[in-house]
Amino acid sequence: MEMKELREKVIRISAKAQEGHIASALSILDLLWVLYDKVLRIDPLNFSLPNRDRFILSKGHAAIGLYVVLAQKGFFPASELENFGKYDSFLGGHPDKNKIHGVEASTGSLGHGFPMAVGMALGLKIKKYDAHVFVIIGDGEANEGAIWESALLASHHQLTNLCCIVDYNHSTDRALQIGDMAQKFKSFGWETCLIDGHNHEEILSALHKSGNEKPFAIIAKTIKGYGCAKMENNPEWHHKFPRPEELPSLLESLR
Amino acid sequence: MNMRQQLVQTVETTMSTDKRLILLLGDIGVFGFRNAFKNFPDRVYNIGILEQATVSLAAGLATLDFIPVIHTIAPFLIERSLEQLKIDFCYQKLCGNFISVGASYDYAALGCTHHCPGDVGILKNIPGMEIVLPGTSKEFDTLFRQGYANGHPTYYRLSERSNSSECNVTFGKAEVIRKGTRLVIVAVGPALEQVLEAAKDFDVTILYYTTVSPFDAVTLRENANCSKILLCEPYYTGVLSSDIITALFPNPITVDHVGVPLKLLTNYGQVEEHDEHIGMTSNHIKKRIEHLIG
Repeated sequence: MEMKELREKVIRISAKAQEGHIASALSILDLLWVLYDKVLRIDPLNFSLPNRDRFILSKGHAAIGLYVVLAQKGFFPASELENFGKYDSFLGGHPDKNKIHGVEASTGSLGHGFPMAVGMALGLKIKKYDAHVFVIIGDGEANEGAIWESALLASHHQLTNLCCIVDYNHSTDRALQIGDMAQKFKSFGWETCLIDGHNHEEILSALHKSGNEKPFAIIAKTIKGYGCAKMENNPEWHHKFPRPEELPSLLESLR
Repeated sequence: MNMRQQLVQTVETTMSTDKRLILLLGDIGVFGFRNAFKNFPDRVYNIGILEQATVSLAAGLATLDFIPVIHTIAPFLIERSLEQLKIDFCYQKLCGNFISVGASYDYAALGCTHHCPGDVGILKNIPGMEIVLPGTSKEFDTLFRQGYANGHPTYYRLSERSNSSECNVTFGKAEVIRKGTRLVIVAVGPALEQVLEAAKDFDVTILYYTTVSPFDAVTLRENANCSKILLCEPYYTGVLSSDIITALFPNPITVDHVGVPLKLLTNYGQVEEHDEHIGMTSNHIKKRIEHLIG
């Protein structure tokens, strides 16, 4: 799958719905694709298997990135993407676990998905299932206290089956500089690694690592709006939708 | 046996028969549950003093078909974790049990930070959340066993004080304590004690609610044989007013209230002193009855 095609889908469905956080979705699209294409042990046709891996998009506003990947991997027909944001669509601005095949948690309120992922990892450990939980949080989301409550819980309970990926695109530095995320997770008892969040080889290599008696945090250096030159690191595009006359030039600027 | 002791016994015995049950303590009740820690080491956790993450974590466990029980002090369980209760449990339609101590001003001398008369009114506004106020320890045991695995999030509000008489309660149903003609008194949970004393010389109907949400409108409709209602609630007053008016529509009714007035309680002292100041006494209820009956 060409990443450029996925990026184009994100922009097109957002433009059609006049909704969605495009730049946040593009920030994590490479991470999502490697996860779903190469790592997660889940089957869209047997999604309810108890010992499946779990993925939680804690920064739920990046949902359209998840939707295009889920559609591409066969969780629902790609044609449904055209209904994104409609009143009776199952694809909304934030993912709903009770509506979307393949979504494990309803997220959108920041700081909820990560502790839910910790609970899932603890539950899998109690049940002795050989499954992993992957969760993506944002660096802005890490302003929330519940993120650090969860980091503490995960290390205390030695959840080696838990991997937290931090989408570190610095988008909220303007409000609150969070600093060295790897060091912060280390100080909470995690093993960490730092990668280029748009380099598929680095992403894959990191996702196959795990902590030795510790949970594992991947600090992914990312660019908000990655792959669309006009949006990259441009805060104007955090929650903005292309007007019809803007669409051609945006698509032309895609890499 | 007080309600806290009953909580330990009920949860421990239920854990021994239902391996789905998992207990998360907010660093309270740890000594009380010492046998549970020993007997179920994989399913009993003193999770710490981090209520928001605890509620979300419990939701994660619930997705794996565990049935979580979270136990801590009312304001921290309900008011601090409100969004987690709303989103992670009610929106996601997950099963969980939230059991508080420190009802209203039970921790009288600890002051405003540990008071929680607002919990029932707050949760009543979250669709899908069940709210249960047992009046005695045995009633808690009955109501917990009936409701803990019903697939819904449920709040059990334990009190330091209990009613002196047991009722044969059923989850989701109100009990008819007695039938009269001049007034209908709706008594919630431990407020029944003062109501029974206050109403002993009057020709009134007494309905006893231990489940506040969902509200049993049927029992009210079947037994509301007059237009005057006295609502006695042991929390911020008036929570059930809307349910009562809706249940009896289009009948014209008069509803009077006894309960905790809507203000921050900044005094200390004893529970009984708070009762006296806000009118949660049988003498005050008796005056309300006399006023309504005329």
